[in-house]
Amino acid sequence: MKLPLEGILVLEFSQFMAGPSAGLRLADLGARVIKIERPGSGEAGRGIALKNLFLDGSSLVFHTVNRNKESYTANLKDADDLDRVKKLIEQADVMTHNFRPGVMEKIGLDYKTVQNINSKLVYASVTGYGTEGEWVKKPGQDLLIQAMSGFAKLTGDKDDNPTPVGAAVSDLITGTHLAHGILSSLLKRIKTNKGALVEVSLLESTLDLQFEVITGYLSDNNQKPNRAKQGNAHAYLGAPYGVYQTKDGYLSLAMGSLTNLANILNISQLASYSDPNSWYEKRDEIMDVLRAFLIEKNTQDWLDILEPKGIWCSDVFDYKKLLNHEAYDLLKMDQKLPLISGEEIHTTRCPIRLNDERLFNKKAAPRVGQNTEAIIKEFNL
Amino acid sequence: MKPLEDILVIDLSQFLSAPSATLRLADLGARVIKVERPKTGDISRQLHVSNLKMNNESPLFIAVNRNKESFEADLKNEVDKQRVLKLIAKADVLVHNFRPGVVERLGFDYETIKKINPKIVYGNISGYGDEGPWKSKPGQDLLVQSLSGLTWLNGNDGSGPTPVGIAIADILSGSHLVQGILAALIKKGKTGIGTKISVSMLESIIDFQFESITTFYHDGGEPTVRPKSNSAHAYLGAPYGVYKTQNGYFALAMGSIPFIGELIGCNELAEYPEPASWFTKRDEIKTILANKLNTNTTEHWLSILEPADIWCANVMDWETLFNQDGFKSLDMIQNVRMGDGYEYKTTRCPIKIDGEYFTSTLGSPSLGEHTDKISQEFLA
Repeated sequence: MKLPLEGILVLEFSQFMAGPSAGLRLADLGARVIKIERPGSGEAGRGIALKNLFLDGSSLVFHTVNRNKESYTANLKDADDLDRVKKLIEQADVMTHNFRPGVMEKIGLDYKTVQNINSKLVYASVTGYGTEGEWVKKPGQDLLIQAMSGFAKLTGDKDDNPTPVGAAVSDLITGTHLAHGILSSLLKRIKTNKGALVEVSLLESTLDLQFEVITGYLSDNNQKPNRAKQGNAHAYLGAPYGVYQTKDGYLSLAMGSLTNLANILNISQLASYSDPNSWYEKRDEIMDVLRAFLIEKNTQDWLDILEPKGIWCSDVFDYKKLLNHEAYDLLKMDQKLPLISGEEIHTTRCPIRLNDERLFNKKAAPRVGQNTEAIIKEFNL
Repeated sequence: MKPLEDILVIDLSQFLSAPSATLRLADLGARVIKVERPKTGDISRQLHVSNLKMNNESPLFIAVNRNKESFEADLKNEVDKQRVLKLIAKADVLVHNFRPGVVERLGFDYETIKKINPKIVYGNISGYGDEGPWKSKPGQDLLVQSLSGLTWLNGNDGSGPTPVGIAIADILSGSHLVQGILAALIKKGKTGIGTKISVSMLESIIDFQFESITTFYHDGGEPTVRPKSNSAHAYLGAPYGVYKTQNGYFALAMGSIPFIGELIGCNELAEYPEPASWFTKRDEIKTILANKLNTNTTEHWLSILEPADIWCANVMDWETLFNQDGFKSLDMIQNVRMGDGYEYKTTRCPIKIDGEYFTSTLGSPSLGEHTDKISQEFLA
């Protein structure tokens, strides 16, 4: 199958997670993505590891987000290297970076300068907090954004500390928005033959992620998020929405009529909560009743009772259970890609299917400068 | 000119996943016509959220369906169905999130639609893909989070599974659908060939966890262990976490433990010179940090650590954030207005192109608000 972005050349000056996650998606959809990295150590993300895990000299995290890309090394402070990069930019469709405001201007690869080299280029940047205002110089790091954006107040139970999400949620949601801006600008370019400047920031994207709850908050006298006492799954949703311990594990219950649920389970103590407004107002006491009841049987017993009645519920899996489940097997969500070192990276694939086909990659993440020589020849640099 | 001007999207979806995708397309300039069943419309119009109604509708609905038009039609009624098919014949994009099997029964599956509009970009979101034991399970956010392993990444060890407190699987799958649709529109623009784009909430939330799942594949499948306290990431070492201070909370991301110890005047942290120990001994390091940071204010620690380039921040709620100059300069909140004059505030599109924010004053439509107008325009 011909992929939709075949023929699109992307130069990725971005490091760490947000920008590279956008580059990864463009690569998955058929674009050719070349990372521009500093000689020697390469991009800083190569050194940031989870659980101290490295593969062929770079962190496993780096391998995860940079699969299916090439690497070209250039010292942007060196005039000859910069000239070659400019020649490459002349022939590119997209470039991305996540330098703090002002850095690309110093290097001489800011949008205005680059427009003169290639007026059709889509120039995309990620910042932490936008390009003006008091936080311009503040590091745009995922946890800091979760902390500052109000997002950490939404997860966890009532008496818990603010609870950040244990994945790079700000980076990754911002990366998807960067891809939206790049792709819509490439689409417009077909008509106008002109490039564009696309800008996103971690803070704006993480606020957009909260758009439903912020919209409610703004209209409801700024009613603060109110996490459930235990088993919280959403600060603004009433019982039974949440997670409950069972005899042998956990059960999640999503939204639905509490009355209906109480009837199916035959819980007489819940009969008095007939007013749907009470499901939110008296959430903690209702959840206490449910908790005391659901601990009595195994998760599967509850699922056998509730699922046939159309109650929205599910087991709660960890990775071991999920990744060994028949349903996961059928998704064919993982792939193994060989590295030059002879090792292999075992990772996930693109979540988008085209014409019912899954998108698997042929190549793993590159070593620093792995493709420099070939690119110099190919693009006549 | 907005980038998607002239793009017509017919949206048969409801709830949040696919509607969040068409909201993005609308903000980027597309015209989105939401096809809704008579009388009730999109079920989420009546979804309970903290007992709040906005103009008699759910805040969820009006947040995700602004900047769209509403066309009332019963897809099971032959006359209505033909009218919708006529709209689809003129559209660039069709979006739905019916469960597998339903769309075939209704006669809006890709094979059928391709015959009336071969160039169409056909996008759909399911809960768990279109095969396997879960294909008929409700594609609801909390259930997908629960099955995906995500709830074991958040919170402290011993605190039970901790779901993300927003509809993260809905929003990510919507965002991935937009990526697929836009890429397919580029292909359509260049070659005139249409594409079917499918995403599922489960695949999207697995993709979201690609770092930790890849780690799981490579660490021998060890159980995910969250820090005992001050957790912000199961797979990262100290200091990564949120700490209580005398007047609030303080987020501390990365940095050398002995150096941080020196800065905050905590000698005990000098005992951890080895970076590897920041992960293997994170629980004891975090306890030491937590005790020290609780002896002074958030502002105090910021004033010491920020100038030393340690990544840290005040943990804010929306009220605090919205009063900061750094937030105000983003102009992130916009006013929108419904057809009957009801006004509300909401966030704007987070993407800026050529220096322009894509705002729109159009609020969410009432059910069938644009049926007549659309009929005259396309079906006369």
